[in-house]
Amino acid sequence: MSELAPLYGLILAGGSSSRMQRDKASLEYLGQSQLDRSFELACRHVLPVFVSVRADQSGESARAHKPLIIDSIEGAGPIAGIRSAFARFGDVAWLVLACDLPFLTDAALAHLLQERDPAAVATAYRSAHDGLPEPLCAIWEPAAAALLAAAQAAGQTCPRKFLIRNRTKLVEPTDPRALDNINTPEEYAQALAALASAPRLEPMQVKVQYYALMREQAGRSDETIETRAPTPAALYLELRARHGFTLAREQLKVAVNSEFSDWTRLLQAGDAVVFIPPVAGG
Amino acid sequence: MRFRFTPSPIDALAARRELLDPSAGGYASFEGWVRNHNEGLVVSRLEYEAFEALAVKEGDRIIEEALGRFPIKRALCVHRIGALAIGEIAVWVGVSSAHRGEAFDACRYIIDEVKHRVPIWKKEHYLNGDSGWVNCERCAAAPLRSREHGHDHTHDHDSIV
Repeated sequence: MSELAPLYGLILAGGSSSRMQRDKASLEYLGQSQLDRSFELACRHVLPVFVSVRADQSGESARAHKPLIIDSIEGAGPIAGIRSAFARFGDVAWLVLACDLPFLTDAALAHLLQERDPAAVATAYRSAHDGLPEPLCAIWEPAAAALLAAAQAAGQTCPRKFLIRNRTKLVEPTDPRALDNINTPEEYAQALAALASAPRLEPMQVKVQYYALMREQAGRSDETIETRAPTPAALYLELRARHGFTLAREQLKVAVNSEFSDWTRLLQAGDAVVFIPPVAGG
Repeated sequence: MRFRFTPSPIDALAARRELLDPSAGGYASFEGWVRNHNEGLVVSRLEYEAFEALAVKEGDRIIEEALGRFPIKRALCVHRIGALAIGEIAVWVGVSSAHRGEAFDACRYIIDEVKHRVPIWKKEHYLNGDSGWVNCERCAAAPLRSREHGHDHTHDHDSIV
């Protein structure tokens, strides 16, 4: 089994949005810009998350106040953005997300992360439309960096063709619509209508138990809370802000219903969650 | 039950009796004791706390693994929880087997895995009035080498073994 490289997030916001005739990153859905939605969604599953932009975009208000990776690699398009991310942090894998996926859900991202194959060049959804890999909702492993450089040197600029040529683990979509992207004003209008009538994420009750340092910092040994956090990772971010926990998520393990759990598992109402700080038995 | 907690002092002789087996030719045990110093500080007493529902499951899994990896007869681990004084037994591991080699090996395996995997926390109280959760408080300020390594800290602030 290949070693699992740490996973960072990359939101691609450097596109020219030519068919939309306006900046896709600033399109609003339910009162939030597409870029903010994508950024927050990614942060619920991986940390840290960066926004990939062209050099001439770094001062734009929609992109400001977020950690940026400015294209350092010549050339246009997603491959330049992904290569620039590898140039900044070469020994990590990147969860790459386009910023025009308004239907992307926590469940779809959690599923992709669970299916990750670190021995592949990438783990990507199979498109529900044409059966080909979706490169812009995919995990790109560190091994992709050198291969991308070679592809770009050979004049190849299409990330989808790159994934077809290289070893990509394809994941069957559980929700075929989750990856529908938005390219034209008509598609935007349809997406707005669909999202407006879709059920909102309802808060649910989960029980959290605290031990040791976290019990002392929370000032209690357990609590039942109402949360919209879809995963233990998101729940920890929420509770860390509330209680001022000093430990970073990376230092913890997590248990759900008295068994060790992935950080990206989807929480159910009534789940009992325990964040496990570094242990010291013996 | 092959892994258990106790809030009272560990009776090593009673635990040893649970490993008796007519086909066993030997027995090895390990005791972790509360030490009076750690990282340059004088320790006056300490407390252990556990997430028992998961800790017992994980402890039992470790004993199962030892029984599968080594040709041993029986194995047991007892861990103390609550407040302990200097010199008390914090953890006891015992293994009986036909021959001595595997008893030593399995004993070592069990204590090493328990220290890394079982959700037990230790709070040290120092003579200078301070206290701290071992592996948690000083780590919180230290940069991480890797996001994924989580609990596989190499800087095991091993206060006993």
